[in-house]
Amino acid sequence: MSDRASAPAAATRLVEQVRERATAGEAPRPVPGWRSAVAPVGVLVVLAALPYVSVPLPGVLPGLVNSPGSMQLLALCLVFGGVALSYDLLFGRTGLLSFGHALFVAAGSYTAALALARPGVGLAAAVGAAVVVGVLLPLLVGAVALRVTGIAFAMVTLAFAQAGSILVLRNPGGLTGGEEGLPLNRVGLPDLLVGVANAPYRYWLALAYLALSWAVVAWLVRSRVGHIWAAARENPERVAVLGLSVYRAQLLAVLVGGLLGTLGGVAHLLVVGGATPSLTTSELTLGLLVMVVLGGAGSRWGAVLGGVLYTYLDNRLLELAGSNAVAGLPAVLRVPLSEPTFVLGALFVAVVFFAPGGLVGLLRRRTTRAGS
Amino acid sequence: MLLLATGLGLGALYFLVASGLSLIYGLMGVLNFAHGAFLAAGAYAAWWAASGGLPGAGGDGWGFVLATAFGVAVGAVVGAGVELLLIRPLYRRHIEQVLVTVGLGLVGVALLRGIWGADPLPFPRPQIAAGVTTIGGAAIPNDRFVLLVAAAVVLLGLLALLRFTRIGLIIRAGVENRSMVEALGIDVRRTFTLVFALGGAVAALGGVLGSVYLGSVSPGQGTSLLIFAFIVVVIGGLGSLTGSAVAAVVVGLVQQLANYYTASGVGDLSVVLLLALVLLVRPGGLSGRAAA
Repeated sequence: MSDRASAPAAATRLVEQVRERATAGEAPRPVPGWRSAVAPVGVLVVLAALPYVSVPLPGVLPGLVNSPGSMQLLALCLVFGGVALSYDLLFGRTGLLSFGHALFVAAGSYTAALALARPGVGLAAAVGAAVVVGVLLPLLVGAVALRVTGIAFAMVTLAFAQAGSILVLRNPGGLTGGEEGLPLNRVGLPDLLVGVANAPYRYWLALAYLALSWAVVAWLVRSRVGHIWAAARENPERVAVLGLSVYRAQLLAVLVGGLLGTLGGVAHLLVVGGATPSLTTSELTLGLLVMVVLGGAGSRWGAVLGGVLYTYLDNRLLELAGSNAVAGLPAVLRVPLSEPTFVLGALFVAVVFFAPGGLVGLLRRRTTRAGS
Repeated sequence: MLLLATGLGLGALYFLVASGLSLIYGLMGVLNFAHGAFLAAGAYAAWWAASGGLPGAGGDGWGFVLATAFGVAVGAVVGAGVELLLIRPLYRRHIEQVLVTVGLGLVGVALLRGIWGADPLPFPRPQIAAGVTTIGGAAIPNDRFVLLVAAAVVLLGLLALLRFTRIGLIIRAGVENRSMVEALGIDVRRTFTLVFALGGAVAALGGVLGSVYLGSVSPGQGTSLLIFAFIVVVIGGLGSLTGSAVAAVVVGLVQQLANYYTASGVGDLSVVLLLALVLLVRPGGLSGRAAA
């Protein structure tokens, strides 16, 4: 505990702010028992039924809702919804500001891609390999990084992720494919996940991943360790005085968050059809941070909503940027609109300023005001 | 020799970026993720001025000095503007301030990319930086010396500012204990703007010289430098200028030497390893003070 006790005032202040920030979007009162599961299960059913909907949504989706293009886009959105959920487990729930989450996502994607590239390896074995990596890597990173707190924790995780990014880009022994990334070898995959026409199956896979992340996070947050996370987020010294190990609880958070992130990497690989080095960069981690804050930190709905919305806008705005409507605008409007990052970044700054609890916090405030 | 000079030159570049970050963090507790955007803004402003945007400025001689000055001024204005408009309203809410700078970093880089395209643009190379000097039998490009001299001037200038002026006194006191300074009836917030402007100006200078060194300017170059600048700041100890200078030299040399004597990329990795080691052994960084 000497680390923590000697942690200087500035860092403590920052961590306090993280906590304050993180609790802003939290539900005021949890709905007891089975009723809290009604809304998620309902949404899950609706989402699972989407591949049967052949309705065009012009301007919202490319083509029919169940066309391969739309399914692909929606699947990507769901994958990032799940990854944002895993990041929120660290940032929102535990108050750990990690800048290294990209490492875990990339590890999942590359491990599975490398495993599938070997002859005779099936999907199950590839996922198994990714799970092994997804347990060991977060344990290593967490064990080292959790020895420090606050900004130093962020920096150590950033350093690890940066090391991973450099490794992937340098392409040791032709293993990672450098800037090109790795193509997905589809020989070992079940037929259902291969081919343009089977996009709905990949969509369901992404949905299953999101549901798994949701269930794990929902379960853990309500468990004993979930309460330790929340308590340590508010006041680590007090938790330690109570005789509980903050280190061990936070290591578990890094482990679970990392493992879910790794699985997200696998899902991303299967949906996108390749492992790309852009997954390893700090931009991905910053993107996750933006997603979680945008939606509302410390809230499952917030993280998922943020992840889905961010990915959707990132993809759709790119198409909007290339459209004729934008090309006809004067330069003052055209230049910013042609860059999705600009729009997303500006939206993000606006949310930080005007809606501290994220979009979900905004909705909640509105409903409580209407109710009272 | 060439390796040493290149390593030192790289270290100088890191220091130029890191000094602003370190000052801002030390005084305000804000880790400025928009610093890379400041740097790119300065570099693009200088490029714009040098390629005919500003009368009198050019790619060589005094024209280049003028272009550089313009870039630095833009950096300072951007820094001060960001502080006034976006950071100040979120006074004392550090995590929000950090998040805003993250967003700004994205927005700034995207804006530059939208205006001038994502590809690197050729950057003018003034005569003085283009030549080589022979020391100990090794031909060393002069741009390394330009970087070193600039970094030394900035370091000495900042140290002198901190030591001998009233503003410097307030900044130093603010880094030590901000509430006490406020309790004495001094408006620390005015120095915040100044520190942001200073950081923006120095980052812009780093951007211009870095572009001379690379021979081109691209929207993303600030962001890639930023990560190493973070590492330098943390190794040096957040808020300590001399610590940053020492760490910048160490990081630059380690990176160059390891990249040369082993495989390329090992240098970058060893820098990362160095950071992890320093943080675990001395969580306060080399200067062993202030924030962890």
